[in-house]
Amino acid sequence: MDGFIAFAWERIIPTLDAGLWTSILLIVPASLFGVAIGVSVGALRVYGPRPVVKTLDAYVSLFRGTPLVVQLYFWYFALPYVRIGDFALVLSPMWAAIVGFALCSGAYQSEYIRGGLLSIKRGQLRAAQALGMTPFQSVTSVVLPQAFRRALPGCGNEIIYLIKYSSLASIITVSDLTGMGRSLAKSSFRNTEVFVVVGLYYLALVTIASFLLKIAEKKLEIPGFESKRE
Amino acid sequence: MDDPVILRVENIVKTIGGQRILDDVSFSVKKGHLKVLIGPSGAGKSTLLSCINFLSPPDSGTISLDGKAVDGKSRKELLALRQQVGMIFQDFNLFDHLSALDNVRVALVKVKGLDKRAATNRAMEELARVGLADKSTLYPAQLSGGQKQRVSVARALAMDPKVLLLDEPTSALDPELIGEVLTVIRDLADLGMTMVMATHQISFSAALADEFLFMERGRIVERGAPSQLLARDSGSRTQSFCAKLSELAGDGHCEIAPAPRA
Ligand SMILES: Nc1ncnc2c1ncn2[C@@H]1O[C@H](COP(=O)(O)OP(=O)(O)O)[C@@H](O)[C@H]1O
Ligand SMILES: [Mg+2]
Repeated sequence: MDGFIAFAWERIIPTLDAGLWTSILLIVPASLFGVAIGVSVGALRVYGPRPVVKTLDAYVSLFRGTPLVVQLYFWYFALPYVRIGDFALVLSPMWAAIVGFALCSGAYQSEYIRGGLLSIKRGQLRAAQALGMTPFQSVTSVVLPQAFRRALPGCGNEIIYLIKYSSLASIITVSDLTGMGRSLAKSSFRNTEVFVVVGLYYLALVTIASFLLKIAEKKLEIPGFESKRE
Repeated sequence: MDDPVILRVENIVKTIGGQRILDDVSFSVKKGHLKVLIGPSGAGKSTLLSCINFLSPPDSGTISLDGKAVDGKSRKELLALRQQVGMIFQDFNLFDHLSALDNVRVALVKVKGLDKRAATNRAMEELARVGLADKSTLYPAQLSGGQKQRVSVARALAMDPKVLLLDEPTSALDPELIGEVLTVIRDLADLGMTMVMATHQISFSAALADEFLFMERGRIVERGAPSQLLARDSGSRTQSFCAKLSELAGDGHCEIAPAPRA
């Protein structure tokens, strides 16, 4: 056990801290883009014109219906071969991962946003309009505050999933928590210790994120909108 | 009888999905009067009411408020019209994320541009008027159906409407909660509020209404004073409809109500 503490302290933690930073640089932009995509796609799928709705439904089916690993391989390994004229887009491992996670997460987020928007009964919009509110006012003061509350638990869960599946970035050579852990495990032959600590790092990230989300939900909680998170 | 006409509805036609829902409907309401729309469900009462404030715009015909025809194409005129025409819905349509107070206050601030204190005072006044001053902090999920409907009345009244449109305001309520809402409506009528109300509460509204409009298949097929239409030997559609309703309800409430209101 003494050996473990010393090893953890001298080798694992310094190595993983570098990886942790990379993971955070991956998770934060990917989840922000994911939410932004989710909100726009979700809103367009509810209020958009028909062809747009069809297109975006197809986007969501595609990204929910294919393995994330395959999507990542596509962005990193396949995209450079997709030529449009003389132009081919080559993404760095980091950007390939961010794009991959954001598009996949956005597809799921849009489902929660869409559900939140659909849960607002049409009658409330009519009531807002009957009072003389403009469509913009009705949406900002009646629809969005409610849709946001309804969607928050789902969106929060999705961010927590994203933290965990960000570990897949290591398979396209990103030196994130998992990637750094794997190299150290390989070079030190101490798989058990290393991966246990890697797991604890993710657990800490997820715990912090859950805590922040709980605070946000509590702050926004009102009767009739109690959140039901497991 | 020479109160000025506040609301004039002329030759309204509305088609939905190729079906004529309203077929050349006309009537007018004088200041302080109550017109009651009666008729089987599907007759077009709700559609007619929502044509008046253009929530569902008529295909043709004219709506005039205070003698001025509303241009349905002008966004500005529509918003102005809706500010002056209050609407009460069958299923209340309170804003679920706002307290009773904020339900009443939100349009005062956003639409009328009142400052927060003035809006709060006004909202509290209206809640007190419907007997809910002590419930102002509760959310819709914490209110009974009757209380919700009274909040929605307060919300409409706070805008100082010239006309109030009520679409079966008690139809979604449990029987024991109907009375509290009817009381509020009676008070409004006594105070001289101009109203158009669709309802199945025939004997209640007979005591208050200046005129019954009986609708069927998108048309007003009968109109007249309640006492006249409900007279047992009138042979009117209204009378037989009312008799049928009271038979279904088993309460025998289909007689001419006593003295008209003062
Ligand atoms: N949005 C709609 N789409 C299709 N038909 C409708 C719609 N709204 C109303 N209708 C039809 O219009 C007719 C009148 O409806 P409504 O105005 O709700 O009647 P009432 O309020 O008298 O019960 C009904 O036959 C109904 O099916
Ligand atoms: Mg109706």
